Amino acid sequence: MGSISVSAVSKRFETGDVDVTALDAVDMQVRDQEFVTLVGASGCGKSTLLNLIAGFETPSSGQVVVDGAPVRGPGPDRGVVFQQTALFPWLTVEQNIAFGLSLRANRDKGEATPIVERLLERTGLAAFRKRRPAELSGGMRQRAAIASVLAIDPSTLLMDEPFGALDALTRSIMQDFLLELWEARRKTVVLVTHDIDEAIYLADRTIVMTAHPGRISEVIEVDLPRPRRYEMRSTAAFIRLRDHVTQIVRAEAMKGTAPLDATAASSAMPDSAMTATMNAHTK
Amino acid sequence: MRSRNDRASTRPAEVLQYLVLPAAVLVLWQVASDVGFVRRNILPPPSEVVLVWYDLITGSTDAAARYSGSWLGHAWASTWRVFAGFAWGATLGIVAGLLIGLSRAVERMLDPTLQVLRNIPVTAWVPLSLVFFGIGNAPAIFLIGLGAFFPAAINATHGVRQINITLYKAARMMGADERELLRRVILPGALPSILTGLRLSMGIAWVLVVVAEILAVRRGLGYLLNDAYLFYRNDVVIAAMLSIGLLGFVSDRLVVLVRRALLTWNEKETFGGEH
Ligand SMILES: Nc1ncnc2c1ncn2[C@@H]1O[C@H](COP(=O)(O)OP(=O)(O)O)[C@@H](O)[C@H]1O
Ligand SMILES: [Mg+2]
Repeated sequence: MGSISVSAVSKRFETGDVDVTALDAVDMQVRDQEFVTLVGASGCGKSTLLNLIAGFETPSSGQVVVDGAPVRGPGPDRGVVFQQTALFPWLTVEQNIAFGLSLRANRDKGEATPIVERLLERTGLAAFRKRRPAELSGGMRQRAAIASVLAIDPSTLLMDEPFGALDALTRSIMQDFLLELWEARRKTVVLVTHDIDEAIYLADRTIVMTAHPGRISEVIEVDLPRPRRYEMRSTAAFIRLRDHVTQIVRAEAMKGTAPLDATAASSAMPDSAMTATMNAHTK
Repeated sequence: MRSRNDRASTRPAEVLQYLVLPAAVLVLWQVASDVGFVRRNILPPPSEVVLVWYDLITGSTDAAARYSGSWLGHAWASTWRVFAGFAWGATLGIVAGLLIGLSRAVERMLDPTLQVLRNIPVTAWVPLSLVFFGIGNAPAIFLIGLGAFFPAAINATHGVRQINITLYKAARMMGADERELLRRVILPGALPSILTGLRLSMGIAWVLVVVAEILAVRRGLGYLLNDAYLFYRNDVVIAAMLSIGLLGFVSDRLVVLVRRALLTWNEKETFGGEH
């Protein structure tokens, strides 16, 4: 339960006078319980692809199928973790985690109390159960957000730069936290990131996307052993994968730069692509 | 930095901060009157106003003459009208505001009309409402409700519009249906703004009750104020003014108390919430 099939999906946004082709004929298959990461320069359509799977957007053409059924809208089978933590500021941590289970749609998913207790325990938030989101650190907030999604036990987790707003140290701790949760209870995961190290560290497969129009440029099998350990980041195998991905992303970014230098047109794309690449090198 | 706990045990320095301005005003006012800077029958000193006010309330000294002991009746009449007008105006305003905020179609249907009506000062409605409702409570409650309507509506709309779209998407993703979205996301999310609107509505209600009572009824603090003015009783006028100020203040505190009880989460991370 949790296989995703994206077939020939294009997505155009009509914004006033110009149409943006965010995705162009994208094909992607994700197996049940597979951990897939999406990397690419900002603006290459990663969020759009995730939103199409989540059901927040509909494709202009092509089809998104989850567990054999075409996606018709968002639903509790596909849990989404947003970059901007989606916690209700008026609810406490435990009420936030219990939110999904209190909805009529999830009535058959069991009694909330034991599930919330287990998640508070697993996320290390038991001592902060009565706090409100504003009283938590960024990392705790994102752990609470992940817990609130896991509470409804979706077969698929869709995460859009979930750790993008966190500092480097917290981010690496959160990566291990996420892997630990995933090892304990495997789900299909599609995680968007612009951090190449993160993309490789977490994934079974890393999908590299390119911009204008958004396409899949390469799919990389990450054949590192599991469970992953932080130390693996300095192994030859990891570095080889990282350099490979960095090269693709960089080449794409360069492609975008050349004509722009000539015409002096303004775009945020090459800059942020460079930043992503440089981040990967300076880690 | 100040927390809720400190608030209960207000320190002497804070008491002083609260008292500085009122004390200064009273002293200046008394002195101005005592040295003959203003005529006593034009601006009676606070010492006299207090005596008149006392008689106005208790009816025990006859200092307020024909108004002696009439305070409670007037105060009750005004308060009742304020809350009656506030109740219908604010309720309707919140409902209309929420609908406008939730639906672009409703916005197109209601908003232009409301924007025009909003720009007619409520006082400009006085003649028509007197013709329509006659003399009495009805035009007063109509005018007060009309005034209370607009801030309630505008702030409810704003409250819906400023809700974080990510929260809405998260709730939908978890499977919330329309009713759950409204009850569990929209209403709590819009609540801070709705309560701000109610506070403004309450303030306007007290302004309009005076206007309405001067014109349309024979009871209430506005009526008392105007009647005393016609009889050259400026001490009663001032006592009535202060009564209106105090009752308005108490009403505002009530709204703030409701706000505090409902919103334990909204005062963090703002300048107003911390200092
Ligand atoms: N709702 C939208 N309306 C118009 N254009 C959009 C919208 N969402 C995304 N886009 C455009 O589609 C492209 C891909 O965006 P996005 O999927 O957010 O990229 P990424 O997540 O990889 O940074 C960008 O050029 C962006 O400007
Ligand atoms: Mg994005």
